[in-house]
Amino acid sequence: MAGHTLTFEPADPYHAFLTTCSRPEHGHGPLAGVPIAVKDNISTKGIETTCASKILKGYIPPYDAHVVTLLRKAGAAIAGKTNMDEFGMGTTTENSAFGPTLNPCDTGRVPGGSSGGSAAAIAGGMVRMALGTDTGGSIRCPAAFCGIAGLKPTYGRVSRYGLIAYANSLEQIGSMGKTVSDVATLMGVIAGHDRRDSTSVDRPFAHTPKGEIKGLRIGIPEEYFGPGVDPEVATVVRKAIDRLVELGAVTVPCSIPSMQYALAAYYVTCTSEASSNLARFDGVRYGGPAPDTKKSWHEAYQDVRREGFGPEVRRRIMLGTFALSSGYYGKYYAKAQVARQNVKADFAHIFAGVDVIAGPTMPSIAFRLGEKSDPLSMYLADILTVPANLAGIPAISVPCGKVRGMPVGLQIMGKHFEDERVIDVAYTYEQAVI
Amino acid sequence: MVTEHEVKHIAELADVGIHKEELETFTHQFNAILEYFDTLDLVRGVPAAEDGLVNILREDEIEPSLTQEEVLRNAPAREDGFIKAPRVM
Amino acid sequence: MEDQVIVGLEVHCQLDTKSKLFCGCSTDYRSDGPNTHVCPVCLGLPGAMPVLNRKAVEYAIRVAKAFNCSVPEESEFSRKNYFYPDLDKAYQITQYDKPLAEGGYLEIEGDEGGERKIHLTRIHVEEDPGRLVHMGNTERGKYSLVDYNRAGIPLIEIVSEPDMRSPKEARKFLNKLRATLEYLSVFDSEKEGSLRVDANISIKGSERVEVKNITSYKGVEKALNFEITRQKNLLRRGQKVERETRHFLEARGVTQSARSKEQEHDYRYFPEPDLRPLQVQSWLPGIVLPELPDARRERFMAQYGCSLNHARTLTGELKLANFFEQVVKEDPRGLSAPASTWIADTLIGELNYRDMSLDKVEPAAMTGLVRLINADTITDKSGIEVLRVMLDQRLKDEATEAPSAIVARLNLAKTTGDTGAVSTAIEEAITENPKALEDYRAGKAGAQNFLVGQVMKKTRGKADPGELNRLLTEALKKKGA
Repeated sequence: MAGHTLTFEPADPYHAFLTTCSRPEHGHGPLAGVPIAVKDNISTKGIETTCASKILKGYIPPYDAHVVTLLRKAGAAIAGKTNMDEFGMGTTTENSAFGPTLNPCDTGRVPGGSSGGSAAAIAGGMVRMALGTDTGGSIRCPAAFCGIAGLKPTYGRVSRYGLIAYANSLEQIGSMGKTVSDVATLMGVIAGHDRRDSTSVDRPFAHTPKGEIKGLRIGIPEEYFGPGVDPEVATVVRKAIDRLVELGAVTVPCSIPSMQYALAAYYVTCTSEASSNLARFDGVRYGGPAPDTKKSWHEAYQDVRREGFGPEVRRRIMLGTFALSSGYYGKYYAKAQVARQNVKADFAHIFAGVDVIAGPTMPSIAFRLGEKSDPLSMYLADILTVPANLAGIPAISVPCGKVRGMPVGLQIMGKHFEDERVIDVAYTYEQAVI
Repeated sequence: MVTEHEVKHIAELADVGIHKEELETFTHQFNAILEYFDTLDLVRGVPAAEDGLVNILREDEIEPSLTQEEVLRNAPAREDGFIKAPRVM
Repeated sequence: MEDQVIVGLEVHCQLDTKSKLFCGCSTDYRSDGPNTHVCPVCLGLPGAMPVLNRKAVEYAIRVAKAFNCSVPEESEFSRKNYFYPDLDKAYQITQYDKPLAEGGYLEIEGDEGGERKIHLTRIHVEEDPGRLVHMGNTERGKYSLVDYNRAGIPLIEIVSEPDMRSPKEARKFLNKLRATLEYLSVFDSEKEGSLRVDANISIKGSERVEVKNITSYKGVEKALNFEITRQKNLLRRGQKVERETRHFLEARGVTQSARSKEQEHDYRYFPEPDLRPLQVQSWLPGIVLPELPDARRERFMAQYGCSLNHARTLTGELKLANFFEQVVKEDPRGLSAPASTWIADTLIGELNYRDMSLDKVEPAAMTGLVRLINADTITDKSGIEVLRVMLDQRLKDEATEAPSAIVARLNLAKTTGDTGAVSTAIEEAITENPKALEDYRAGKAGAQNFLVGQVMKKTRGKADPGELNRLLTEALKKKGA
């Protein structure tokens, strides 16, 4: 399949990569010879995959994720594995067990998370394209903070087989790139049905972005421009939307009432699923530290996990365990699923009258390193990105200007399976301001 | 409101373990987050019928397994083809 | 006051599919080394995802139909979360609040005769965990070895209502269940460990005790008998029965309290997000059931004239029923009666005694033997001898002889017509046993039978009983009785 190798030894002052493949093989196809960075929660056969956690240090998967197989088939060169928040849990990549990634636009600031490494690799000029994953905004947030493009596909369009699960019902692998065209090219390679993923949908992606938005109806939710959003960020995003109106679109004000509990529903769901997904990490079959076989099972297991997981991971596992525990399931997890239905219903209602929804990707610009130390205030930063995950709809972030020298992202959300349209709108904007 | 004692219990239930130094901070953070989760009390409605994919099945066909070596390769301890684990009480 | 015993069973059976429940690993692992039938999915490697085996679902629906269960419109899989080294994902994919089938019943022969309906609560599908081997002797030297070959094998769990009233009924329930699953071709009862039972027992008015880890059919009756005695003894002494989980230790025939750690587990069930719901109610009408044990029993009685008891025994195992029909095939009218007796009453016992599988006996050989007995060529006693020789040859994998060859070699043919030899034996027997002759003259019952036995011994069982009696009676009369 492969036939050539290239040299990949870029300077990495941002600590974007955890593993670099300096002589990656590549073959023929639409991505022939193109170096692609892969987030370190995506399984790569023969290449260490850690999820930026000590508990998986040294783990070498014996199999490739489906998307990696597709990358190889397309001739791409797997350039390396990028840094992330441990197990995808975070919004800044500061939760990596191996040190944070720095934002190439300002190395005193975070690149966003959890796909911060992939975003920095692109923004820092090391690669043009990368794979990220998005559970509650983890592609779009770093794309916005680093000034690149990133797409969270419709749930089910990209196989999750080989993605080390954090929150199965919410997450998707998605493409990140210097430009919207890069994002579309990469999406074309990774999208499509996979029989090894029971939630996979048969919707391949074969679309060249078009700059056509005449008559496009854009919903503007009031909750996306409310008091929680930095006014300068809101201004820049409004200007970007005005540009789209100049190009022929019309705006329609709307509201998403379920936003008031969307974030709670998100965190209850993702921590619950995570508490179950991460229970398998005991150091017995892979990872470490190795369990002490002189201790009893229970003791040894606790030791491995106390040492191997960082505090944010342990916090979320505990929250999820609590939410699922007897007596609380109805109050938390069951309620959260009804909340999701309501979010879906709100979007469906809005989409009856508009084609896409637009707003800021993040309520602020990139934080300074160490600025967000309180978990809850960190969670609140996800407020604008989680609704798309809860509903399973496609959402893209495309750079739309700067505030205080730092990039701002314009978020476009669309109906289920209208990823092509979402990309077109982002492309149209991007091309208009080049 | 959860107490430090309950937080410790949850850590045991989840088998994650907390360092003694973390207990107070964890409890404080836990409570703040749980208070935030209470916004779910605003949720109205009942679970709706399933409208997505159903009956996703595969045929009963044999596919190649990993070799024993591949299975054991990432394990820190093995014996005679088995994976070694701490004793269960 | 009769203490009423209340028993419910949860039975786990491995479904006989080619591949595992959620992946394509072969299920034929028993003769292979550890960890050789494992893939990322059943090893629970991070990132691997389950895909449901259609055949396993079909098999489960077949079972549901056979037991008259209802199949709800929608069912789904759930995660049962707990930590154990043989559970590599730290959760088992099972079905919790939306099982594949509900209700239903089995019919068994009641302890006092007649048919008893044992109701079922539910049937669902789940995956088997891996297998642990405990090693080491000293406290600190103990450890476990894990083999994941069994992880992901499809299981069907059948839960009964607490309808059984004795260990015997439980055994009958289990036998009926097993036989029906065999007839449905969804289960291979000869595979080691393919069936596991948990039992719930209480004495009416007292707490319920769960007994886990019963892995053999005999074990069920043993475990229940022990447990009922234990509970009754407690009550008799004025003590309470604790609500608890106990383990059955087969070797010692006792139940032992499990550590409290295992008792009140919070499994934190939630729907499996990597699997989609099942809507298979519409599959039910399309399932064509084969002839099931009860129907086959009725047919054996009608078609072959078997007695109820023989029919029950013969149809109690699929292989045995098939064997019987093969044996009598060439002449059902002539062979059915003797074959059903010889197979149900004699062959089974001889096989059990030798711990021998029916597989080792060719139906043709049995047909041959039954023919010889039916034609009066050999006596019943000789028949047993021939059967034993036949079985021993096959058990030891020695060269096998046809029954007629064995008869010839051992000179077992009946001595009909050779009245000379019989008469000689009769004279000898009477001469050697003067007391018997006296008793006969005195009219004591049993004297003649005693002499019959002596003659039988002398003729090595070959004398035709009818002819022997006739000649003996004549001889005794001559001696002036």
